[in-house]
Amino acid sequence: MSFRLPDGGCLIDRSQPVAFTFNGKRVQGFRGDTLASALMAADRRMVGRSFKYHRPRGIMASGVEEPNALMNMGEGGRFEPNQRATTTELFDGLIARSQNHWPSLGFDIGALNNKLARFLPAGFYYKTFMRPQWAWKHVFEPIIRRSAGLGQVPTKPDTDRYEYFYAYTDILIAGGGVAGLEAALEAGRSGAKVLLLEQSPYFGGRFMVDDVEVDGRNGPAHITYLLDEIAKLPTVTLRSRTQGAGVFDHGYALGFERLNDHAPTASGPRHRLWRIRAKRIITATGALERTLNFAGNDKPGVMLAGAVRDYVRLYGVAPGARTVVVTNSDDAYRTALTLHAAGLEVPLIVDSRPQAGALADAARQAGIRIETGHAIARVNGYKHVTSVEICLQSGAGNAVETVACDCVAMSGGFSPVVHLWSHCGGKLLWDEANAMFSPDISRPPTNQHGEGFVLPAGAALGALETEACLASALAAGRQAVDEVGQSRAGDTAPRQVRAQPEAPMSPVWAMPANAPYRLRSKTWLDFQNDVKLTDIQLAAREGYESVEHAKRYTTIGMATDQGKLSNINGLAVLAAALDADIPAVGTTTFRPPYTPVSLGAIAGEAAGKLFKPTRKTAIDGWHESHGAIFEPVADWRRPYAYPAKGESVQAAITREIVATRSAVGLFDASTLGKIMVTGPDAARFLDLLYTNMMSTLKPGKCRYGLMCNENGFLMDDGVVARLSEDTFLCHTTTGGSDRIHAHMEEWLQTEWWDMQVFTANLTEQYAQIVVAGPRARKVLEALGGMDVSPGELPFMGFVEGKLGGIKARIFRISFSGELSFEVAVPASRGLLLWNLLLQAGASHGIRPYGTEALHVMRAEKGFVVVGDESDGTVTPHDLNMSWAVSKKKDDFIGKRGMQRSFLTGQNRKQLVGLRTLSDTEKLPESAHAVENGKAIGHVTSTYFSPTLGHPIAMALINGGQGRLGDVLDFSAGGAIRKARIVDPVFYDKEGARQDV
Amino acid sequence: MLLLKCPYCGAKAEETEFSGGGEAHLSRQKSGSTDAGFAAYMFERRNPKGVILERWHHAYGCGKWFHAARSAVTLEVFGTYSVQALAPPKDIIAKIRARLPEWEEKK
Repeated sequence: MSFRLPDGGCLIDRSQPVAFTFNGKRVQGFRGDTLASALMAADRRMVGRSFKYHRPRGIMASGVEEPNALMNMGEGGRFEPNQRATTTELFDGLIARSQNHWPSLGFDIGALNNKLARFLPAGFYYKTFMRPQWAWKHVFEPIIRRSAGLGQVPTKPDTDRYEYFYAYTDILIAGGGVAGLEAALEAGRSGAKVLLLEQSPYFGGRFMVDDVEVDGRNGPAHITYLLDEIAKLPTVTLRSRTQGAGVFDHGYALGFERLNDHAPTASGPRHRLWRIRAKRIITATGALERTLNFAGNDKPGVMLAGAVRDYVRLYGVAPGARTVVVTNSDDAYRTALTLHAAGLEVPLIVDSRPQAGALADAARQAGIRIETGHAIARVNGYKHVTSVEICLQSGAGNAVETVACDCVAMSGGFSPVVHLWSHCGGKLLWDEANAMFSPDISRPPTNQHGEGFVLPAGAALGALETEACLASALAAGRQAVDEVGQSRAGDTAPRQVRAQPEAPMSPVWAMPANAPYRLRSKTWLDFQNDVKLTDIQLAAREGYESVEHAKRYTTIGMATDQGKLSNINGLAVLAAALDADIPAVGTTTFRPPYTPVSLGAIAGEAAGKLFKPTRKTAIDGWHESHGAIFEPVADWRRPYAYPAKGESVQAAITREIVATRSAVGLFDASTLGKIMVTGPDAARFLDLLYTNMMSTLKPGKCRYGLMCNENGFLMDDGVVARLSEDTFLCHTTTGGSDRIHAHMEEWLQTEWWDMQVFTANLTEQYAQIVVAGPRARKVLEALGGMDVSPGELPFMGFVEGKLGGIKARIFRISFSGELSFEVAVPASRGLLLWNLLLQAGASHGIRPYGTEALHVMRAEKGFVVVGDESDGTVTPHDLNMSWAVSKKKDDFIGKRGMQRSFLTGQNRKQLVGLRTLSDTEKLPESAHAVENGKAIGHVTSTYFSPTLGHPIAMALINGGQGRLGDVLDFSAGGAIRKARIVDPVFYDKEGARQDV
Repeated sequence: MLLLKCPYCGAKAEETEFSGGGEAHLSRQKSGSTDAGFAAYMFERRNPKGVILERWHHAYGCGKWFHAARSAVTLEVFGTYSVQALAPPKDIIAKIRARLPEWEEKK
């Protein structure tokens, strides 16, 4: 059993009880507890079921490396799955639920998988469920989806706030243990700007639980000393609950701060993402203890030795009453001594080495029995440990003794946390003596000056013993000061350390060395993804020899803990299976972040209405107050239609079209791009930009133009007006304004920089209103002030003047096919003009129309929309617009591209009109034309035309321009609809209506 | 995330303020060029494991295009220079050669 000790626990405050619920039951802990320590104090050691085999699992670690104790945390808008109990600070009202079991944690149907484990090895899903084919979709997949996976998906939107914070510093230090603090003090004394991030709520790391003496102070006292000294330095900032999560190019780093996970009723954001630029980054991220590979090492009660010590010292919790310690190195002896000092039983220390070190003498003096050269053959017990079987390490697991216990403290040595060093390319070397990868400081990640910018310190460097750890931290602090260009404030004298000397560790990758299959198949490497020793061996046998392949085949290291406990053991087992050296097998890639960062923090404030700005025209408010429904077009929102109360959207669209075709309609076209191109070479420049000729355009006239990219594919279209000899106004599509302006600038700056041309994007400077329909001219005349007669303002001309008192430019261009005027006025006058036009048009039956009516009317006329009829692989020729591609010009963007054989072939997809054989059923969007079992094209636009009284469509069909009159089959959700290829101009082909 | 200096406005800024424009010093192949020449201009990129010369656009700044010489391996930036230069300027070549004495710009 696990329980709260009568005293001790330097982080908890026993005068402040905290109540929370676990799986619906009320539990009590103390202020300062983690959820894990409080659960353990309440003897709740089984806290979840495993991913694949649904085996009972308990708390194994005390920090971020915890693989098992993952919880569904909170409720409703604050629900979050897969939260580690070991890093969750306790608060009043906390709600936690264990994961991955049904119907309950204690009785789980899925545990049947454990009995079938032999048939569910690594990669089993690649080999089974193959036949019959239909069964995958209907039987296997639904079952697998229900039984696999960890936490649940939240069902409510997140109610918390998140934010970004930008920080610039000389030196960033990741880790607030003794190495980080020593480095911060040494660097900070120089006056350099130092930012230190510590992921946990307290500083000091292992110094809070290890028995050391530094300059006459014990561990916690030395930490207090360092914090007091640092507090005197104005340029050093310390942040707890903030993890140095990632290191990126040129000294960029991410910090992940958890502000009120522990105090959910506090105001302010929940998480903060720090975006940091540092000249130097010191990684003082410590080391993680490794598990040992023996059968049953995943059972509740089997824990890391260092974590057992943490629970006793930090939280005053005994993980067990009777603990067997198993180790291949010295540090675990400190755990045995700690347990002994707390009055807990340690019946046996099992040390796989033939000989133990000086710490063993201390243990012996305390009366603890030690068996060297021994191993654990297997762990007994199901929902928690009941005993361990002891055997010779060199043997095959024949038990020589069974020792009753309720906790196993294991230590397989340590792995430096090299993640931050490696994120941006720092290389590793294999430290044979400690059997671990540590940073190769001769090959650091480099910055914009080609200099190394990450300095590992302490255990993260591989300096596991205290004296070397402190020396490396002071050295890193000094080196960083030198390298950021500060002068040192006098070096701190080497710290005087009193600690037990440590004997060498001895790597153990299988326990016992010759464990048979029966034991190996119950030996876990990756606890969170349920990967066993035999799975890695299977992967090696099946040819997955690369560590990256073995990882993906077995899924080792791919769970939310990213293999913090499993990676080194896994690749050592792989190396042994391949009979290769560990450094030759190499590590998988360390990728940021170090632990999962909440999606909320990554989004920051960019959520909901702040996700992205919405561009609105000057007339937007009128649209909104007159019932418009909007559609997003690029960054804009545009009125889609204006349904009246009780009117359907389709009815509104039809009404708007009929009004425009029979009387007059009003349309807000302000979103169209408007780019001024001016200068002596403007005409020459536009000849290169457009496929057709612009230099021959007369001032006062408009011309429709096409723009292609160098591939010869259509990228934008619009009307160009020549305002004067050297000034043009180029209209672009709504989505194209910024893109086309950037395109112009790119060519002007990078290719034709000899040309004297300026461009200016005036899109938002003008409001532009279309007045279209047979009575359009009458409306403008009623407003008065400008002569818009056909003589003065012919089709494709424009005039400037004052319309109804407003400075205006009126273009006679038409996208609807009707008599049409586009009136551009300063944006600030847009709403006024709109209202004046409505008044002037009232007696003529004027109606506003939205983008859908516009689209139907343009389709009736066979006009293309860039992005509907074109998709980035379509040339003007494909769209029957060869007339707009100049043959006279030597050069324009796209000319060479269009000459490629593939683009000149006759069987390209070409634009056609489609007349459905049915008068009522329109073709579905994007429907494929099918002929002889092959798709030969697709629908690009499809509408019901109220003008014609039947459906119309446009399509791109292989060789379509030569197939007029053919009837094609179109797939429509299983059914076939027939349509005849016709001319895409359905209405007023001769253009009589627009030219009046 | 890289730090770059725009040689026009002088701003030293985060990569997010710029947009990348691919390999620098390509020569445009117009109408009349060979298929092979056009394909090379459009699609063939050197992507060396070493020094790369590339185009950048100060998209959220002064709006100017410029060139950068940078190591794709060490991320060292040897310098940024005019977009109208047909090759890196001498001082940048000297900086590159200081690191990589054998380096030649391949055309």
